Amino acid sequence: MDARSPKPAARAGASALRVPKLLLYVVGFVPAVWLFYQGINDNLGADPMRYLEQSLGLWALRFLVATLAITPLRQILGINLLRYRRALGLLCFYYAALHWTTYLVLDQGLDFEAIWADLVKRPYITIGMATFLILVPLAVTSNNASIRRLGGQAWARLHRLVYVAAIGAVLHFLLVVKSWPPEPLVYTAIVLALLGYRLGRSVLRKLAPKPEPRRRAA
Amino acid sequence: MQIRRPSDIPPSEITPRSDYLNRRQLFAGAAGLALASGLSGQVQAASLATQKSPFSTDEKLTSLQDVTSYNNFYEFGVDKGAPVAHAHTLKTSPWTVKVDGLVAKPAEFSVDDLIKGSALEERIYRMRCVEGWSMVIPWDGFPLADVLKRVEPLGNAKYVAFETAYRPEEMPGLQSMFPVLDWPYVEGLRLDEAMHPLTILAVGLYGERLPNQNGAPIRLVVPWKYGFKGIKSITRIRLVEKQPETSWNKQAPDEYGFYANVNPSVDHPRWSQKTERRIGEGGLFVKRRQTLPFNGYADQVAQLYSGMDLRKFY
Repeated sequence: MDARSPKPAARAGASALRVPKLLLYVVGFVPAVWLFYQGINDNLGADPMRYLEQSLGLWALRFLVATLAITPLRQILGINLLRYRRALGLLCFYYAALHWTTYLVLDQGLDFEAIWADLVKRPYITIGMATFLILVPLAVTSNNASIRRLGGQAWARLHRLVYVAAIGAVLHFLLVVKSWPPEPLVYTAIVLALLGYRLGRSVLRKLAPKPEPRRRAA
Repeated sequence: MQIRRPSDIPPSEITPRSDYLNRRQLFAGAAGLALASGLSGQVQAASLATQKSPFSTDEKLTSLQDVTSYNNFYEFGVDKGAPVAHAHTLKTSPWTVKVDGLVAKPAEFSVDDLIKGSALEERIYRMRCVEGWSMVIPWDGFPLADVLKRVEPLGNAKYVAFETAYRPEEMPGLQSMFPVLDWPYVEGLRLDEAMHPLTILAVGLYGERLPNQNGAPIRLVVPWKYGFKGIKSITRIRLVEKQPETSWNKQAPDEYGFYANVNPSVDHPRWSQKTERRIGEGGLFVKRRQTLPFNGYADQVAQLYSGMDLRKFY
């Protein structure tokens, strides 16, 4: 995306937020490094594996939400963070991969019989796995070369799969908890708001009597 | 897996007190001793005199730190760390337990009455949570049967219903905008399960009065059932004719049955029950262990369910 980022993005307000992207990756990895460090030193409480697994999953969801927040922030508040979207999306993928690996290795001990049983019997595992699989092609094509090869439109269409991943992620969270604790409900509400905004906007645009001329990102 | 006789090693020889008391408790103990001279018997009363029980397991105890800081008590919040953080607000003294329903002599007992009425025993039990983790906990308590005999159940009493305190001002989890359960928490047992010698009312843990987060001042412990059957902070015990409602069964009947016997061959819909993680067994790389039918207490309790289809009555 960056290569094609429209120039006006560099205007006034945006320039104040010009943090190097590399810094975002470094900061983004702090929770993971901290969790592993604490885990190795046995500081993650009574059930360290469970804590690590859940924390990594939650960070993946947080980065997913951050990725989805970029467009509304720009359109509603005029804050343009588009240049950080790729880093946020990839951080989401890295955390999802760590969460998935923790489940396979530390939680299930690579007991593939148990993992298969989970996968076919338990919707939250099925949904979680599917969500992770959806994120793979998005991560693989998150580079300028892929955008050029696929063409901007096809690339954008492919990356709309992130909406499906977001729904999958919150469903996975909602189904894994007992009862109705507030945290997964709050994340579900945020994801629904972010997706609802896009849906509402596209519906409104279709209903508009005279289609506005396509505006460039501003 | 071999089930060892529980009485091979006296439980007293397993974990020396100094190993499970962490620094903080040692300081608290020292403070207690200092206060005791000025405050008479109140502080010393926290320690419980108990007898060893042949029903105790000789498995390695879960540390006091883990038992008291990692548990579910939704009245104080849904996180495992919430009970230890918030349960101090519960006032556990004075506390009475009403025992009534289909009994000849209904009564209201203070917890101290109940402690004086029975010989306190240390019962080291495995505890298997329905979420797939387990602990080994030295409870101090007495058979529930002792209390039930005191009130003389009538012939038509078939079940025992339990109820927890409902005190929103002392239980922050009850103030939530989204109630996670239908309060107050209720549980139930069949009368023969309730009368079984393994079923106890616990008033202590590791030789001291129960910490609030573990169900002070008095809770139920049924070691062959999933942990959620062990209702905490009991205020009422009622003998009834019909199977009573239970909180988790009301919340999700397909996930939490009335019986809730530990059963590796009946999965929870969202996870397998074949294996469990023993808390405190060591860091991130703890291997799961096999879950035993009736949590390893099959020899003592399986006959209670002879002829029942445990897939149906889960």
